[in-house]
Amino acid sequence: MTAIAPDPQQSPRPSRRNLWQTLSDRTPLGWLQLKKSKSRLIVAVAGIGFADLLMFAQLGIQAALFDSNTMLNRGMDADIILRSAQYRDLNLADTLPRRRLFQIKDVPGVQSAEPLYVSRVVWKNPQTRRRTQLTLVGQSLDRPAFLFDEVNQNLDKLKKPDTFLFDRLSRGQYADVVAQVQSGQPVKTEIQRRTIEVAGLFSLGASFATDGTLITSPENFLRFFPQQNPGQITLGLVKIEPGADPEKVLAQIQAILPPDTIASTKQQYVDDEQAYWQETTPIGIVFTFGTVMAFVVGTVIVFQILSTDVNEHMSEYATFKAMGYRDRYLLLIVFEQSLILASLGFIPGLALALGQYAMIQNLGALPIAMTGGRMILVFTLTVVMCTISGVIATRRVQSADPADNF
Amino acid sequence: MLANDPIVTTSTVIQVEGLDHFFGDGELRKQVLFNINLSINAGEIVILTGPSGSGKTTLLSLMGGLRSPQSGSLRMLNTELVGAAKSVAVEARRYCGYIFQAHNLHSSLTAQENVMMGLEVHGAYSRSERRELALKMLSVVGLEERTQYYPADLSGGQKQRVAIARALVSHPKIVLADEPTAALDKKSGRDVVELMQRLAKEQGCTILLVTHDNRILDVADRIIYMEDGRLSDQPETSHSPQID
Repeated sequence: MTAIAPDPQQSPRPSRRNLWQTLSDRTPLGWLQLKKSKSRLIVAVAGIGFADLLMFAQLGIQAALFDSNTMLNRGMDADIILRSAQYRDLNLADTLPRRRLFQIKDVPGVQSAEPLYVSRVVWKNPQTRRRTQLTLVGQSLDRPAFLFDEVNQNLDKLKKPDTFLFDRLSRGQYADVVAQVQSGQPVKTEIQRRTIEVAGLFSLGASFATDGTLITSPENFLRFFPQQNPGQITLGLVKIEPGADPEKVLAQIQAILPPDTIASTKQQYVDDEQAYWQETTPIGIVFTFGTVMAFVVGTVIVFQILSTDVNEHMSEYATFKAMGYRDRYLLLIVFEQSLILASLGFIPGLALALGQYAMIQNLGALPIAMTGGRMILVFTLTVVMCTISGVIATRRVQSADPADNF
Repeated sequence: MLANDPIVTTSTVIQVEGLDHFFGDGELRKQVLFNINLSINAGEIVILTGPSGSGKTTLLSLMGGLRSPQSGSLRMLNTELVGAAKSVAVEARRYCGYIFQAHNLHSSLTAQENVMMGLEVHGAYSRSERRELALKMLSVVGLEERTQYYPADLSGGQKQRVAIARALVSHPKIVLADEPTAALDKKSGRDVVELMQRLAKEQGCTILLVTHDNRILDVADRIIYMEDGRLSDQPETSHSPQID
């Protein structure tokens, strides 16, 4: 018989070791328990992956909504933007008097101030003859209003009456139109029974509000809105001189303008537009709600899995307590499990979400993209989700009574 | 604090004086232990026997720190458990080895990992030391061929032997066993008790064994009889080990 002989004089009370040593040295019980019941592990990972996929979808579409609705705003070539005090968003904008542009032209540091006209129009898809809604933009031809190279190179084409540039990424069937324009042949169609010509293309993408964008000159724009006074513009695009302090120029402009007009930096303007969509439309609320629902569903799934596992091991936990293990040690098992489940579930969730994004991008022409920030957010939510479930599940662990073993 | 001095064979490891215990509150309050006085010396193998419901298991769980003793005095290795803080009770549990009626092995752990858990609670052994000591202990109980088996793949006797290995691997001064043979057939039961007896002698530990099983009374140095919550003079018949 082998005699086992740790030194009999050995102190029964060992010296305390630091937390990391203790953690890395402990038996990975949580993992071993999960591994032992493989089917439960697979269900848990699938459930968490599904919850993650839902969260990615909700957050992704929400971000795409804000991105697509501010793409035109973000593409504006301006430092300071003037808008009406009644302005809500680009597709529902009140106008401001063009006079305001002349008022601020003499402010030191202002290089140029150009009007921009924006409205919605219904046009007939040249390919399908179906009527769809587009955003119509009338921009000054003297200088670029946007940062889109394709638009700026084709500005001279817009000097002809009823000539337009068309967004090739518009939602709908436009493949033939795009091909024909690309080969150099203008395409004819109509807006409000007026024949117009698509003479060039650019790339922007659809938004939730409209299927695409048309860009033209102010003269061509105003032809569709005879009731609109040409002295009323949608936005004023202000460029400042190189080297001028934008904050200082902005302060001076704001001092001149009457309260019916708001001046802000372009970044502030884009942020306001995003905030508008986020807060005042139900769309932002709906998607936030969707994310919360996915979170709750995930929490319930993880809780079910963890509490089943805890229940199954109650007598074993009670035995561990009888052997002298503290509650802390047993709680660590459950938290270990929740962290493992969070990590294992996140990976398939992310993979599925990437596939889903690619699909949405192809079908809907929505600018949906995975961002590092969103991955961190969803992973954090997953960990929080699993931790909450773990906290609820461990309440039973603490009730494990070592005396139950006898 | 527990005493660290080496224990001389004649010294007392369990000292019980005037211990009473009650279950329930108010009108349902019921006394289950009455004025227990008991002293067990180091190295002794003591069997506590008596009819069901006589309070044997309650006494055992009080000694093990699994329940809080209420009045009187209960000293385990010179540590007073009456009125002790919860942390003292948890500490005291670590110096007892437990063997339960059901083996209570962890189903997700192999035999070796289960035995390792008996060492991990002390926090003094690294993982590789635990692995090694567990292997040695399993070969002592004759399971060197089964170290990587899960409890579900072991027989009842084998599981109880793993449980003994788990209880004894850290060389506890006291082993508390509650009906360790109840779930076993005659031969396995006999093997298990003899194994406990041999290891106790080798390691010099004290065993307190609660049992109904007349077949194993002969391993005891002393037999204590309990009835209706009182230690009583043992019936002479139960003292004769040579029953066939």
